[in-house]
Amino acid sequence: MSSYHKDAMLLVDCLREPERALRLNDGDWTALITMARAEVLAGTLAYRLQGKSNAKHIENFVRDALVDAEYQRRCSLWEVDSTRRALQNYDGPVVLMKGSAYAATGMEASNGRHIGDLDIMVSEGGLKQVEELLLAADWEWVKEDDYDDAYYRDHMHELPPLIHKDRDQMIDVHHTILPKTARPNPNALAMIADAIPLEDGHYIFMPEDMICHCAAHMMADGDLAGGLRNLWDMHCLLSDFSGAAGDFWARLKNRAEQHELWEAVHLSARHANALYGTNIPSEWMLWKFSDELIQKRLLARNSWGQQTRKFLRFGFYIRSHWLRMPPLMLTKHLFTKWRKGHKPIT
Amino acid sequence: MFETTLKVGPASFRIGSDWKEPIALIDELYAAYPKPSLSDFTVRMEATKPWRRYIRPSVQIKGDYMLPDALPLPLEQAFLAAEMGLNLQMALGWRRHLILHASSAEKDGKALIMTGESGSGKSTLSALLGYNGWRFMGDEFALIDHDNGEAVPYPRMISLKNQAIAAMEKQVPNAVLGPLIEATPKGDIRHMVPPIDAIRNMEKSARPAMLLFPRFGHDTEVREVLPSEAFMRLTQASTNYVTMGEVGFNTLTRFIDETPVYAIDYQNSEDAISMVNELWSKI
Repeated sequence: MSSYHKDAMLLVDCLREPERALRLNDGDWTALITMARAEVLAGTLAYRLQGKSNAKHIENFVRDALVDAEYQRRCSLWEVDSTRRALQNYDGPVVLMKGSAYAATGMEASNGRHIGDLDIMVSEGGLKQVEELLLAADWEWVKEDDYDDAYYRDHMHELPPLIHKDRDQMIDVHHTILPKTARPNPNALAMIADAIPLEDGHYIFMPEDMICHCAAHMMADGDLAGGLRNLWDMHCLLSDFSGAAGDFWARLKNRAEQHELWEAVHLSARHANALYGTNIPSEWMLWKFSDELIQKRLLARNSWGQQTRKFLRFGFYIRSHWLRMPPLMLTKHLFTKWRKGHKPIT
Repeated sequence: MFETTLKVGPASFRIGSDWKEPIALIDELYAAYPKPSLSDFTVRMEATKPWRRYIRPSVQIKGDYMLPDALPLPLEQAFLAAEMGLNLQMALGWRRHLILHASSAEKDGKALIMTGESGSGKSTLSALLGYNGWRFMGDEFALIDHDNGEAVPYPRMISLKNQAIAAMEKQVPNAVLGPLIEATPKGDIRHMVPPIDAIRNMEKSARPAMLLFPRFGHDTEVREVLPSEAFMRLTQASTNYVTMGEVGFNTLTRFIDETPVYAIDYQNSEDAISMVNELWSKI
């Protein structure tokens, strides 16, 4: 019989302290890799375990997962370069976001990380030109639905997703980091103005903005699906950057406040600290009742890789929409989606 | 969750189910296979909705690797669901060998690999060879070792389809068969437990000595296949060639360089077996 775990704490423990994974019994090991795959953290876990054990099952898992991570890194960098070529005639800065930014600069967060779609950000004024250049270079629209298309254009922080005809890779073109309808209103122009140029001509966000974006994405936008993975990004970013200069935390707080994202940054930082042991200032540590719920939601995965806590997850799904748009608009949106047969939680 | 484990060739699986019956059936048909305590992959057979455990039970196949739009199957077809789940883990998740969608059999310590589209007869041929002086190595996936180029057995349950079911029952009267699963998207399906020597020797790999592209239902013909054509067809027949990058390329080119390739067209399996033996005698 394999051993049952009702939440993903085992995975979190082994990411934080990989040595723990070396001492697991067979049932717990199987549970660990199942949960890691379900949370799309297998590559990250493999990277943490690399070279730590000669045990066959560990070596096998590590090698396999790193093959996949390396493949995704390769694809992602190729996609970054294809986009660079397609947007050569665009005048403004093109900022790489999330996975591709981490991969392009070889940051800690990129090690073993799963990378899906390419996310880039350009200024809202440049959207039209970027859209035209991408369409001319064989990207095409994924959704044909008029409601969705109009919804993206009127209310979202990105264009409807585009996919490349031959390579089957998606690109999300953002002009800011949260939906226009969300309450926080980050200063997208400042983010682009302060972005850091890379050698290939692309840009990445400055460290504080990278953290603000990661936090906004996790805490102020989604329903915390994939939360452990986003939180691992946050852990790596905070650990990478906090070593730099003494006043890092003050600068981060300041910048986060400027973007109206202090709550999201603070929230992600203290959850990264609680689960992954990220070093944060002691005055940032505080624990509210709602933090308990967030942590339970983050850990809602059992040793069979199944999602648990259906009602809590549904609650966070509602919350994500609540944060994303005003009540009346939300009612209309959910009604339209429901009529089209959309199922929120499975 | 009801559960069991099993090992096929180098891969081990943990299978969980909301129902007891599918696990009992798996344990019965896989009785001769090892039951490992460590698993490479997890497969789950879940009710599509909580009440669908009891009312018109419907099996959703889930696991470490899954297809987003896989259709659920009725509980009577749970064994098929489990087999599909196992196949998916290998096709989408296995990295330790180059995976070819191919059947294989061994004779004189050397391996014959057969690949082709669904309906080419590669599965039936490998099973028949297994009862005609060859060791059956697998009817679905041939695993090629990245380091030494050898073919590693993956002798899962043999999946017989449509007219192959009756044909095989006639040829192998004492075969151990799973339930007949009728009217699946691929027609009728029945699983057959591989010959016992195939299971006992499932750790014994063999150097590939011939690659065949069989094709059922055409006038009898044998032709040599150029390495370039074989290479292109195998890139299509491999589920992990692209992901493996340079390692996959090296394994595949080495395999093509070292292995003679033929295409055979045939009308019935007796002819095919004698064509295979004829070609084999010349290598």
